[in-house]
Amino acid sequence: MMRPLLLMMASAITISASAQVNITGAGSTFAAPLYQAWGSDYAKIHPGTQINYQSIGSGGGIRQLTSGTVDFGGTDGPMTNGQLYLAQKNLGTDVLHFPVALGAVVPIHNIPGVNANLNFTGRALAGIFLGTITRWNDPELTAANPGVNLPAHDILVCHRAESSGTTYVWADFLAKASPEWRAKVGPPSVRPRWPVGIGGKGNEGVAGFITQNPYSIGYVELIYAVQNKMNYGQVQNPSGKFIKADLNSVTQAATIAMPDDFRVSITNAPGPGAYPVSSFTWIIIPRNPKDKTKAAAIKAFLTWGITQGQRDAQNLSYAPLAKSVVDKELAALTYLHYE
Amino acid sequence: MASTATTPPAPSSAQDAPEKLSLLEKFKKGDEAAFLITFASALTIILITCLLVQRLWADSALSRHAFGWHFLASSDWDPVNDQYGALPFIYGTVLTAFLALIIAVPVGMGAAIFLAELAPRKLSNVLTFMIELLAAVPSVIYGLLGIFVLLPILRDRIVPVLQGVFGFLPIFKGAFYGVSYFSAACVLAIMIVPFIVSISREVLLAVPQSQREAMMALGATKWDVTWKSVVPYAQRGMAGSIFLALARALGETMAVTMVIGNVPSITASLLSPGYTIAAVIANEFTEATGDLYVNALIELALVLFAVTMIINALARLLMLGMKSQETAH
Repeated sequence: MMRPLLLMMASAITISASAQVNITGAGSTFAAPLYQAWGSDYAKIHPGTQINYQSIGSGGGIRQLTSGTVDFGGTDGPMTNGQLYLAQKNLGTDVLHFPVALGAVVPIHNIPGVNANLNFTGRALAGIFLGTITRWNDPELTAANPGVNLPAHDILVCHRAESSGTTYVWADFLAKASPEWRAKVGPPSVRPRWPVGIGGKGNEGVAGFITQNPYSIGYVELIYAVQNKMNYGQVQNPSGKFIKADLNSVTQAATIAMPDDFRVSITNAPGPGAYPVSSFTWIIIPRNPKDKTKAAAIKAFLTWGITQGQRDAQNLSYAPLAKSVVDKELAALTYLHYE
Repeated sequence: MASTATTPPAPSSAQDAPEKLSLLEKFKKGDEAAFLITFASALTIILITCLLVQRLWADSALSRHAFGWHFLASSDWDPVNDQYGALPFIYGTVLTAFLALIIAVPVGMGAAIFLAELAPRKLSNVLTFMIELLAAVPSVIYGLLGIFVLLPILRDRIVPVLQGVFGFLPIFKGAFYGVSYFSAACVLAIMIVPFIVSISREVLLAVPQSQREAMMALGATKWDVTWKSVVPYAQRGMAGSIFLALARALGETMAVTMVIGNVPSITASLLSPGYTIAAVIANEFTEATGDLYVNALIELALVLFAVTMIINALARLLMLGMKSQETAH
C-alpha cells in the first residue's frame, strides 16, 4: 500500500529538486506536430525541461525570435540577410539555423477520365501557374505523359490563399525550374503575386477545391496528401527523372553540399533519386542568449531532436535528416558553450 | 459578524455632516451613482474605440506615407515588390456585405414578423430558440459547410438556373467555380439572419398592445394590424438589427475566406472569385515580414474601420431621410 505512494513522493521530490526549465518556441505550422511530439517525448526522458511551442506561422516565429519573446523559432524558409541583421541588432547576438526535418510539396490534380498520376516537368508547372500553359493537352504536358490521353480542356489553377511555408517551397522550386517564373513573379515568397488561379484556405481548402472542380490543379504538403490518402503527381528533377515524393526521395534531396550556416534551399537538388520540391524546416536560436541555463537546455533538446527525435519525425511522415546533415549539425552544436 | 462590518454606513452618520449632505444624499438616492457608473461604462467603450483607431493610425504610418491616398485607389497587392493597394479588398468587402443583406433582410424580417405576430406562441418559442442557436455556431463551421455543402449545391443547381435566366446580365456572366462573391454572400446571409430575426422579434414583441387594439377597433385584419401599425412602430429597432448584421457581415473573416476564392481582383460578375479586407488580413498577417507589408495590412484594418463607419453613417442618414419624409406626408 505504502510503496507506490512513497515512490510517487520520491519522484515528486526529484522533479522539484532539479530546477524546471521552461523553453518556449513559436513559428512554423508545418513543423508544429513534430515539435509537439518532441516536447512530450523529451519531457519523459528529461522531466526538468518543458517545451512549449505555438504554431503561429514561420513569419511570426522569425518576428518573435527577433523581438526576444521566444527562446527558439521554427521556420520553413531560412531567414534573409536583412532579417538576420535586424535580429542581431535586437538580440545582441547572431541567430543560428538548424535543420530538424524535411518536408515536401506535391502537385494534385483532378482530370475526369485520367486516373494516372501525371508527370510534370518544372517548366510545365511554372507555365501552368504563370498562365502561359492553359490547356491540359499542351505539348509540354503530353510529351511528359506518353500514353495518357489528356483532354483539350482549360486548366483551373488553385494555390494557397494565405501566406505559407508550403507556398514558399513551391515558388522556390518554380523560380529555379523556370527563368520565366523568376522574371515575372520574382524571388520565392510565402505569398507571391499569383498571375492566375484561385486561393484556397489551407491545405484542406486547396484539396477541397481540386476534388470539387474538374480539370483543376493545385499543390499541398506531402504529409497532408499522405494522411488523406490522396493521389499526387511526379515531378521531374534536374537529372531528368520523374520522381514521386516519399520519405526516401525527400531525404535524398537533402544530401547536397551543406553551407556552414545551414541556410540552404534544397529544391531542384541534384541526385538521380532526389524529389525536387523538398525543403528543410529549421529551428532558429540565438547563438549566445542571456539565460545560460535555458541555452544549455535548448542545446541538449536540439541535439536530442536531430538524433533520437528523428524517429518521431518518421512516424509523423516527415522525412528524416540525412546522416551527413546530422553529423555536420552535431559538429556545429559542439561549438556552443554555455557555462 | 463580518457581514455587519461590510454593510454601508447607516443614514444617521450622514446627518452629522450637514455641509456634505446634499451630494452624499444624492449619491445615496442612486441618481449620481448610476450616472457615474453608466458614464464610466460608456467612456470605456469610447476609450477602446479611440485607442484602437490611434493604434491603427500609428502602426500604419509607413504605408500611409509611402502610398498616400493612392492606397485606396490601387489594385496592386504585391508583397514581393512591396506594392500595396486596397481597392479590390474594399470592393469585395462592400459587395459581399450588401449582397448578404439583400438576401438576409427579407428572410430575416419575414421570419421575425411571423414569429412575433402570426405564429402560435409555442411554435414561436421553439423556432426562436433554434434561430438563436444558429448565432452561436462558430464561423469556421459555416465556412466548412460552405465549401462542402453549399458550394456543390450552388454550382450544380442554383447557378445554372440563375445563368439560364439572367445570363445576359454582366453580374451573372463567366465561368463559376464555386468560390465567388456570390457564395460568400450566401454564407454571410445564413450567418446574419439569426441576428436580424432575434432582435427584430424582440422589438416587435415590445410594441404596446394598445397599438394593435386601436387598429383592430377600426376593423383592420390581422395582417393590416401587423403591417400598418406594429411594423412601423418597431421600424427603428428593426433597422438597428440590420445595422448589427451589416457590421457582422463587413467584419466576418474565416467563413468568407473559405468560400470567396481569395483573388484580389475587381470584376462585375458576382460569380467570379474575390477577396475581402478581413480575409486578407487573416491570411497574410501571420507570415508578413517586412515593416511596409505589416503597415499596409494594418492600414487595411484602418480602412475597414472607416468603411464600416461610413456605411453605418449613410444608413442612419437614410433612416433620418425616411423619417422626415414620413412626417411631411
